[in-house]
Amino acid sequence: MSDVAGSGRRRGGPPVIEPGHTYASVTDKISSIVLSRRTPLFWVLGFFVSFLLAMGLLVAVSYLFAKGLGIWGINQPVEWAFDIINFVWWIGIGHAGTLISAILLLLRQEWRTSINRFAEAMTLFAVACAGLFPLIHLGRPWLAYWLFPYPNTMALWPQWRSPLVWDVFAVGTYATVSFLFWFVGLIPDLATLRDRARRKGFQIFYGMLAMGWRGSALHWHRYEMAYLLLAGLATPLVISVHTVVSFDFAVGIIPGWHSTIFPPYFVAGAIYAGFAMVLLLSIPLRKVYGLEDFITLRHLQNMAKVMLATGLVVGYGYVMEAFMAWYSANPFEKYMIVNRMKGPYAPAYWALMLCNIVAPQFLWFKRVRSSPPALWTIALIVSIGMWLERFVIIVVSLHRDFLPSAWGMYRPTGWDWTTFVGTIGLFLALMFLFIRFLPMISIFEMRTLVPEARPLGKEAVPDDSVADEPEPA
Amino acid sequence: MKESKVHGPKSNVAPELPVHPAGHAFTPGDGLDRRELFKFVGASLALAGATACTRQPTEKIVPYVRQPEEIVPGKPLFYATAMSVGGLATGLLVESHMGRPTKVEGNPLHPASLGGTDAFAQAAVYGLYDPDRSQTLLQLGEIRPWSAFLGEMRLVLEEERPRRGAGLRILTETVSSPTLARQLALLLAALPAARWHQWEPASRDNARNGARMAFGTPVNAIYRLTDADVILSLDADFLACGPAQSRLAREFAARRREGASGGAMNRLYVVESAMTPTGARADHRKPLKAADVEAFARSIATQLGVGAPTGTAESGGRFATDSFARAAAADLLRHRGRSAVIAGDSQPPAVHAIAHAMNGMLANAGRTVVYTDPVEANPEDQLESLRALVADMKSGAVSTVLVLGGNPVYNAPADLGFRDAFRKVARRVHLSLESDETSVECQWHVAEAHFLESWSDARAFDGTASIVQPLIAPLYGGRSAHEVLAALSDQPELSAYETVRQTWSGRLPGNFEESWRRALHDGLIAGSAFPLRALTGAALPASEPVVSSGLEITFRVDPTIHDGRFANNGWLQELPKPVTSVTWDNVAAISPATAARLGVANEDVVELSVSGRRVRAPVWIVSGHPDESIGVTLGYGRTAAGRLGSGAGFDSYAIRTSDALWRSGAVGVRKTDDRWRVAVTQEHHSMEGRHLARAVTSDELSRNPGVVQEMGEAPAAGQTLYPPHPSHDYAWGMAIDLGSCVGCNACVVACTAENNVPIVGKDQVLRGREMQWLRIDHYAEGDPSNPRHSFQPIPCMQCENAPCELVCPVGATVHSAEGLNDMVYNRCVGTKYCANNCPYKVRRFNFFHWSKQFRAPSMRMLANPDVTVRWRGVMEKCTYCIQRINEGKIRAELENRRVRDGDVVTACQQACPAEAIVFGDLADPQSRVSQRRRSPLSYALLAELGTRPRTTYLAKVESPNTHLDAEGRA
Amino acid sequence: MQIFHRSTNFLSRVSIFGAFFFIGILLWLFYDLEASPYTTQQNTAREQPVQFSHAHHVGAIGIDCRYCHTSVEKAAFAGIPPTKTCMNCHSQIWAQSPYLEPVRESFRTDKSLEWTRVNDLPDFVYFDHSVHVNKGIGCETCHGRVDQMPLMYQAESLQMRWCLDCHRNPEKYLRPKDQVFTMGWTPPVEQAVLGERLKREYHIRSRVVLESCSTCHR
Repeated sequence: MSDVAGSGRRRGGPPVIEPGHTYASVTDKISSIVLSRRTPLFWVLGFFVSFLLAMGLLVAVSYLFAKGLGIWGINQPVEWAFDIINFVWWIGIGHAGTLISAILLLLRQEWRTSINRFAEAMTLFAVACAGLFPLIHLGRPWLAYWLFPYPNTMALWPQWRSPLVWDVFAVGTYATVSFLFWFVGLIPDLATLRDRARRKGFQIFYGMLAMGWRGSALHWHRYEMAYLLLAGLATPLVISVHTVVSFDFAVGIIPGWHSTIFPPYFVAGAIYAGFAMVLLLSIPLRKVYGLEDFITLRHLQNMAKVMLATGLVVGYGYVMEAFMAWYSANPFEKYMIVNRMKGPYAPAYWALMLCNIVAPQFLWFKRVRSSPPALWTIALIVSIGMWLERFVIIVVSLHRDFLPSAWGMYRPTGWDWTTFVGTIGLFLALMFLFIRFLPMISIFEMRTLVPEARPLGKEAVPDDSVADEPEPA
Repeated sequence: MKESKVHGPKSNVAPELPVHPAGHAFTPGDGLDRRELFKFVGASLALAGATACTRQPTEKIVPYVRQPEEIVPGKPLFYATAMSVGGLATGLLVESHMGRPTKVEGNPLHPASLGGTDAFAQAAVYGLYDPDRSQTLLQLGEIRPWSAFLGEMRLVLEEERPRRGAGLRILTETVSSPTLARQLALLLAALPAARWHQWEPASRDNARNGARMAFGTPVNAIYRLTDADVILSLDADFLACGPAQSRLAREFAARRREGASGGAMNRLYVVESAMTPTGARADHRKPLKAADVEAFARSIATQLGVGAPTGTAESGGRFATDSFARAAAADLLRHRGRSAVIAGDSQPPAVHAIAHAMNGMLANAGRTVVYTDPVEANPEDQLESLRALVADMKSGAVSTVLVLGGNPVYNAPADLGFRDAFRKVARRVHLSLESDETSVECQWHVAEAHFLESWSDARAFDGTASIVQPLIAPLYGGRSAHEVLAALSDQPELSAYETVRQTWSGRLPGNFEESWRRALHDGLIAGSAFPLRALTGAALPASEPVVSSGLEITFRVDPTIHDGRFANNGWLQELPKPVTSVTWDNVAAISPATAARLGVANEDVVELSVSGRRVRAPVWIVSGHPDESIGVTLGYGRTAAGRLGSGAGFDSYAIRTSDALWRSGAVGVRKTDDRWRVAVTQEHHSMEGRHLARAVTSDELSRNPGVVQEMGEAPAAGQTLYPPHPSHDYAWGMAIDLGSCVGCNACVVACTAENNVPIVGKDQVLRGREMQWLRIDHYAEGDPSNPRHSFQPIPCMQCENAPCELVCPVGATVHSAEGLNDMVYNRCVGTKYCANNCPYKVRRFNFFHWSKQFRAPSMRMLANPDVTVRWRGVMEKCTYCIQRINEGKIRAELENRRVRDGDVVTACQQACPAEAIVFGDLADPQSRVSQRRRSPLSYALLAELGTRPRTTYLAKVESPNTHLDAEGRA
Repeated sequence: MQIFHRSTNFLSRVSIFGAFFFIGILLWLFYDLEASPYTTQQNTAREQPVQFSHAHHVGAIGIDCRYCHTSVEKAAFAGIPPTKTCMNCHSQIWAQSPYLEPVRESFRTDKSLEWTRVNDLPDFVYFDHSVHVNKGIGCETCHGRVDQMPLMYQAESLQMRWCLDCHRNPEKYLRPKDQVFTMGWTPPVEQAVLGERLKREYHIRSRVVLESCSTCHR
């Protein structure tokens, strides 16, 4: 084994799968998490807590529908706050999954395989949380369907110039494609689980989901094709969704919104936030389920690098905002920046700088990149930072715009917080269900990484010794 | 259950919301009981309500049995009537929909209105339908029939006749009604020993006594500002609070516009003891403690050469060298016969006398200032009158007291001990709209008929008499003072209608019925104005000015609830007070310097003490308020005003004593640790160097006519990605003249009344959710001790490139063919995107189901049937009164013609006493709005954004005295 | 080890596509329901306190619409006649008819008859009869052959797209002013031709004006 490991080192950095694994061991390891009869205590506790939070969300939303938007802190002039902040935040988080799965797949980045599955799941759940807000932020949510173009007795259509209409389609498409991508990817593993499941109920459950997968060559052929096509479909979406979301602001005329830099820097921010969230989840997961072999330091390091890169892009965005405000010589833009830096919400702005620009700089150091706890902390800070970014963009821009007479302050109410924390609860609850009932790591794709899958001469592991390695028992 | 909710404790503010700030986080309070909540939990799980098909509920049509001639269902009728405050009437035209008055407008024929009104008149209909109005005749809390009351009055007569009425006292507010005066006279003739007293907390005693001092008789001064080139106000807020403020504002504004368009501009000097709208409009303003005003007036008088009577050695006094005084005096002298000196009602008689003397000296008397006999039926000194009454009551000489209107228990001077004396009287009768502080002290409470419910008459500032005719039968069988007095006459059943007709029969020229009908139609009795009196040689009083030392406190009537009588009027309570924009509260106004000295900040609660009496008040720092002075307004701190009025603000009457009705130098201030949240609608009063409310001096303008445009750039038309909206038939637009606006707020209430705008309560105003469609921005620039002020009414700008339209996903706000920015409530889903994207922030969102307040049985009658009542969760905003535009257009269509200029008058425009607002068709180059647009003063707010607003402004032109700078220093 | 037989694969395929059809059909049902007379209450006669027959009064006797709906030419509301109007005739004819007892009672007791609204627009729609009638829109165009209605019913859907159909091309419905109150009027010439002419004559506003929201919504 040592030389394999050595070979790994030779190729620089730790390997994407620790040595010593075989088809069997991989399959056992991963499927056992799902199929084991006993549910670990931490899971029960974790699920219970996040479920409670999710119920809090339910109550908050119900009270909202009963009473009206007034239960939130929004007012004139700040008519958007937590609702849209959370929406953009969650959508951002929902970027990593598809990025990892689709783009990295197309780029043939084999290290993606062990993290793409739950990254995709995370994406779905994040998008689900995000999707909640455009609905509940409406004054009359029961009329939300008016945003869709459908023949109606009023002979009316949506107003196509409004970014909100674009949102409906962008987010809708993204959610659909992400789901298909995730589910198609799951099918072979579902089949595996179906075959390994002992209990009838699980056999039926997984059997139905597996949709009759038998692993025939034809199946595999079509599967590869479909997966590739979906990847191709999903790739542009990763870029488009947050671009469209950024239009919500860029199209507006409010100083701090009306900026052409938004699309690129929103997308970068999204990837930034997405990878932060993947790290936040994967680090504890690999620990508690002992998956260090599959989610290796290599993965963590690569993700750290992506975060560093996107973090720098985001930082550039912040600098440009300030620069343009000065360069444009537009008094309103100027005041907007001054207000961010010195106004009543200045702490939020500086905290944001700290979280999103200063914190990631530690990722320059290999020692930080190779220390899971450090990475986890930075990821957490970045996630908070990304939320603050949206707070600064939305609330701080709105509360002081053109006419000083109309300036005001925004203070979130308890219901704002309940709703926000509630979505986090919902997200985690879904995440817990996922890791309990579905393979969080793609079994069959992991199998392509083990030595068996590397016949002689395959470039992946250029070490000949692999061939005459005896199969470990 | 729903109904009970509607009647429940905050029925006419949004039921959810406490009027006063509750805790923050989890408000709004009133639950939604648990069952209801869980119902919704289930519902939202199932996402119920998101169903498409909505079926019209079945409606009934209930036609007349015999339809009155004049009524065409759906077409409003207008009736002339008059409203009096403080005994002075303003002529009104009231709109009536199928017999229910919904909207008050000014009567162009009436001298006190000339078509404009004040905020009080606009809010009158709310007062009529106020659910908290007292609705029954009570004896000791028991509901009694009118006959029972008549019986009681019989008893009184039987008791009193033998002793010629020695035990009978009648207390009224200031009476100018000829009929009421006549009835009182008859009563006193029948019972000569009975007494009639008058008390009004904001009485014009000072003015009357000043006139006595000057001319030996309490004449009534009338100012003609159309002919005044220079005006000196000695602590007189003549543009905003009576007498005849609407007329004076119109005359003043007319001269400003004349000046702005090249004519002769008038110049206004204001010396005042508080920050008032009049002061805000001054070309030169000097904040001065109330105590110093007399000394100041004297020094000017001396410089004018008004003979200082023997005894006053020092000539000119402390202000002899004051540059402001010198400049003002010089200016007045330069305009002999074309200037006016006006003294404020809160200033002592001496100041009024000095003003009269100056006007005499300047030969203004007979020109810009004319005199008539007093308008009041009995121009007595009301304070003395009240003193006498209290004395009698204390002595036990009084067995019956009739309080006809007014609320003396609440607003009598604190030191008179009115309440205790009052309780000594055996039989206490009170006639009032609400069961108020006085009513609860009386055995008999007679629900009063609102002036829109009853016949009466009243006189305007110049004596012009109007018949007050009812628009609707008394909602709750209320009675008027005439009927109560009739009960004490030998014709107890005589109706108010008959009583009023009796008064005028014989006094009207020609055929009575004809001239009576004409009087009703015109809203005034032609030629009933008092003849002018030629008076000269006003003597300068010898009294020595008070030396002001240390802190003083000044009392004023409140700009929105007056002396407290409007405390339960939601529209007026939520109306932002001029300059401070405070709602639902009164405050202790102090200058920044004094605040620093006392170490207090906004919303700090201080304890004010005047001769041992104490009251706790929140501090509010007002730039421009004189140093070492605390300004409080009257009318708050009511305990029995109703659900809205009770508990709002603090009771400044508690520290108002008879020797210091308007100011006291003996005031103590103690800072407490408490804070009281004050709800303002505008938190920021600086323009931040942006050219928003533009003002130039007449010199700057003459030097460079383009000066206003040069203040900001306006991109040319068509600088947009989207094709321009071609205008069809009409291009509606509005031009607002900042030079005319006096910030009186009449337009705001008018808009509220016309467009079914709900009130939201203090807590929601604190959260920044007020709903008024039209707001008056106030800016204060420059030296905080005495800054330059500007008012700027902000309706919807109706942009041609409207940012709101672009972003609405459902097309609920779209461009109309005539350039209006239509807001379609029933299409709105409430994304609030439009409001975010509106640079003028004129959009208002229904955060709660505020229109519930229109469900209360009486409030239902208040709503304007031509305007949709908005539901929870929809956006709303100024529509340029689209209902009035459509009405005008349809009328034109039926007559096969175009809409003429002036056919369509928006509510704000109609109400504006200063004619600051003009609305019309920009497609017609001759329309007044087009003409204003062509003015070199015309500019669009935030034009640089390329929104191309249809609402534009005319910059304010000031005419400062070149020898003084704006702050009034040489 | 397969627990499902191969054949079940067919089911999975069906279920996938079936789902799409199912949702599609559901939406279509909703839409149809919204447009259906069930929602619009079109063509359903309403219960009234008096069995008043337009067929008799308009069709048989030939009373002009304006005899009862007096304000139709000058106000937004066409006007429902006061009891007095009924009694003008029915104090003489059918003076004893039991059917008319409610009318006589109303007249005696001075208590109004309560009619059920038949043509009912939502409260946020501001329709004005006078301008339509004066611009050559016949009663029949919206109310149908009232002269053939024994009991009054709503002849059209009164839904927004129905209003817009005319507001977008009024020429399809315009008729000479003297024919506005005629029932069963047929254009003497090609409606298209006539409509265009009347549109000019009556100064009918341009389509853009007529479909502006504020034309009907305030």
